[in-house]
Amino acid sequence: MSARTHAPERGHFPDHIAEFARVLRRAGMPVGPGAVVDAVKAVEAAGIERRTDFYWALHAVLVKRHEHDPIFNEAFRLFWRRRHGFEHIMDAMLPLAPEASKQRAAQRRVEEAMTPSAREPRELKRQEVQIDMSGTMSDLEVLQKKDFAQMSAEEISTARRHIETIVFADDEMRRRRLVANPRGHRIDMRRTLRASLRTGGAIIDLKRRAPGHKKPPIVALLDISGSMSEYSRVGLHFLHALTEARGSVSTFLFGTRLTNVTRALKTRDADEALASCAGTAQDWSGGTRIGIALHDFNKHWSRRVLSQGAIVLLITDGLERDATERLGFELDRLHRSCRRLIWLNPLLRYDAFEARAKGVLAMLPHVDEVRPMHNLASLGALAEALAHDRPSAHIDPKRWLSRAA
Amino acid sequence: MKTDRKVSAVPASIDETLKLLSSGGYVADRALSTVVYLALKMGRPLFLEGEAGVGKTEVAKVLSATLGRRLLRLQCYEGLDIASALYEWNYAAQMIAIRIAESEGIDRERLTSDIFSERFLVRRPLLEALSPDPAGAPVLLVDELDRADEAFEAFLLEVLADFQVTIPELGTVKALVPPIVIVTSNRTREVHDALKRRCLYHWIDYPTFARELAIVTAKVPDSAEKLSRDIVGFVQQLRKEDLFKAPGTAETLDWASALVVLDAKALEPSLISDTLGVVLKYQDDVVRFDQPKLEQMLRDSRAALKAVE
Repeated sequence: MSARTHAPERGHFPDHIAEFARVLRRAGMPVGPGAVVDAVKAVEAAGIERRTDFYWALHAVLVKRHEHDPIFNEAFRLFWRRRHGFEHIMDAMLPLAPEASKQRAAQRRVEEAMTPSAREPRELKRQEVQIDMSGTMSDLEVLQKKDFAQMSAEEISTARRHIETIVFADDEMRRRRLVANPRGHRIDMRRTLRASLRTGGAIIDLKRRAPGHKKPPIVALLDISGSMSEYSRVGLHFLHALTEARGSVSTFLFGTRLTNVTRALKTRDADEALASCAGTAQDWSGGTRIGIALHDFNKHWSRRVLSQGAIVLLITDGLERDATERLGFELDRLHRSCRRLIWLNPLLRYDAFEARAKGVLAMLPHVDEVRPMHNLASLGALAEALAHDRPSAHIDPKRWLSRAA
Repeated sequence: MKTDRKVSAVPASIDETLKLLSSGGYVADRALSTVVYLALKMGRPLFLEGEAGVGKTEVAKVLSATLGRRLLRLQCYEGLDIASALYEWNYAAQMIAIRIAESEGIDRERLTSDIFSERFLVRRPLLEALSPDPAGAPVLLVDELDRADEAFEAFLLEVLADFQVTIPELGTVKALVPPIVIVTSNRTREVHDALKRRCLYHWIDYPTFARELAIVTAKVPDSAEKLSRDIVGFVQQLRKEDLFKAPGTAETLDWASALVVLDAKALEPSLISDTLGVVLKYQDDVVRFDQPKLEQMLRDSRAALKAVE
C-alpha cells in the first residue's frame, strides 16, 4: 500500500503470517483479517531475531482467550518449523474444527427438503398458532402430558418443535445500575439541571431514577449418561430454546467428564447446534460421576459463570455410583455460589418416587427446588417458574426428604 | 513531532522493557515484557487476564512509576456509570450559580453556557486520561473489568477505539497522545470479544520457581535466603494440589512478610499450619492439610528443589 522505507526485511513475511492466521482459523480460533494486519505490525515492532519474541508478539495479537493457548502453541510449533507439507498441518488441525458435524446437519436438512413427509413438521412449526386453534387440541394435550421416554420418534420431533415455541417468563433481577424512572427514589441531578435550564432555571422539575432490571444469567448442567438418555437430548433442545430466548445461558454437559457447549448452543439452527454439541461431548450414554463433574465445574467454571447472580439448572436423575459424600460436598459448594439452584429430575414422573437412592439423598439438602422434567407440560411450567423467586410446596426438596425419613 | 520527548521515554526494545520493569521492582518474564513493549510501541491497550494475585495491577503501577507518568485508576464494579467513570457536573455549585443569575437577571443563553463550562466540570479517571498532561500520556488502569456490567464494557469499547468522548454540553474531547491503557480481568465472567480485539491480550500465569524466588527476594528483602526458598518451594508444591483457590504471588509475598515478622529462619510443619490462613483463603482448602500431610509436602518440595539443582 504505502512505500515504506524499512520494507526489505518484510519480504514474503506478511503472506506467511496471513497463512498462519488461516491455519488458526481452521483450527477454530476466531482470527479476523484485522488481526493479521496487527500481527504484521507487532512482528515488525518486536523483531524476529529471537524465536520467543516472535512467538509472544504473534500471541499478543492473535490469541484472545486463555483456552486457545494450546491450539496456538501447537499450530506455531508445526507451522514455523517446516514450511512445506503445509496442507498436512491443516489436516492435523481438522479434528478441532466442527467441520464434520456441520456437514452432517446440513445433509439432514437437504434430506428433509427432498422428502415431503419429513418436511411436514417444519411447516407445523410455522403455523403453530393455527394448530392450537384447530381440533388438534386434544392431540396436543396428550402430547403435553406424555413422557418423553414413551414417545415415538415422530412424537419426539413434534415435541421438539413445541419446545422451540415455549414462551419464557419475563423474570428480572434488580441490578445496581440506575436508570431513569419517574417514580424512582433518587434524584437524577444531571437530567434535572439540563431540563431546568430549558426554562431558564425558573422551574426546577425533579427528574428521578431507580435501579434497573435485567434477566439473571442461567447456568445449566445437563447429565448425558445412559440412564438419562431419553431426556438428555430433549433437555438439550430445551436449553437451545432457552439460549435463543435470553442470551446469557451457559450450558455444560456431564457424564464421566464435564464439557462446555455454550458456544455450540448459540448456533441459531437447532439441528446444527445439537449436532455440534454431540461432536464436542464424547461421553454420551456412558456412566455418571456427578460428584467429579461438579467438582470440575466448581473448580474451573463457577467463578467465571456464576458471578452475576446466576440461576443454576441441574438436570440429572441423581443416580450416582461414586462416593456420595463428595457429591454432597460439591453440591453444597455450588449451592453457596449461586442465587438459586433448581434440580430437574425426570424420575419425578413416577408418583411413587421416593428419595431412596444414596445420590438423591445426598443432593436433596442442597437444592432450592426439585422439579420434574419428563414431559412438555413440566418444561412449560419451568419456563414460567423462572420468574417466581419463592418456591411453592410441591417443589420443595424437604417434601422428599421427610417422605424418605 | 512535538511529542518526541515523551516517546523517547518509552523503551525501545524488549530487553529495555524487561530492564524497565525490573528497575521498578517487577520481575517479569520475556513473554510479558514482549506484550508490554508492543503495547507501548503500537499504542494499543493491554488486556491482562489471570488468577487473582498474579500481579496484573502491579504492571500498571510499575509502568507509571518507572515512566514517570500519572496513574489513573478506574476500579470497576457493577453499576459503574458515566458519572463516576467519565465526568460529572458540580450540581451544588451550578444551583448556586443559577440562583445568582436569577437575582441578577442574566439571560437564558448566557446562563446555559456559563453553567456548563469547565468550571463546573468534575473530571473522572477516563476524562483525565484523555486530557493533555505535561509529563506525557498518563497510565490508565481499568481494574477488574469483569466486575462491571456489559453496558459499561460497551461504553469503554467506544472510548478505547479512538480515545475520544463527547460531552453533550461541552463538545468532543480527544486525546492528543493516547494514554497507556492497562485493562485487567480476573475472569469472573468472559469479557466480550469485541473489546479484547482492540487490545493486546496476555494471560499472566503463576510464576516459575526461579521467578517467584526473585520476586520474593525483591519484595521482601528481610527474608533469609533459606526461608525464601522454603516458602517458594512450598507454595509451588501447594499449587499442584487440587485446591479450590490456588495461592497467587501476592499470597506468597504476604506469607513471606508474615514469617519474617515471626522471626522464622526456615519452614516447619507447625509453623506452616499456624500461618496457613495467609496462603489459603478457603476453609475447605485449609482443613485438607493436617500435620503429617504438611510434613510430607515440605519434604517433597525440598526434594524437588534438590533435584532441580
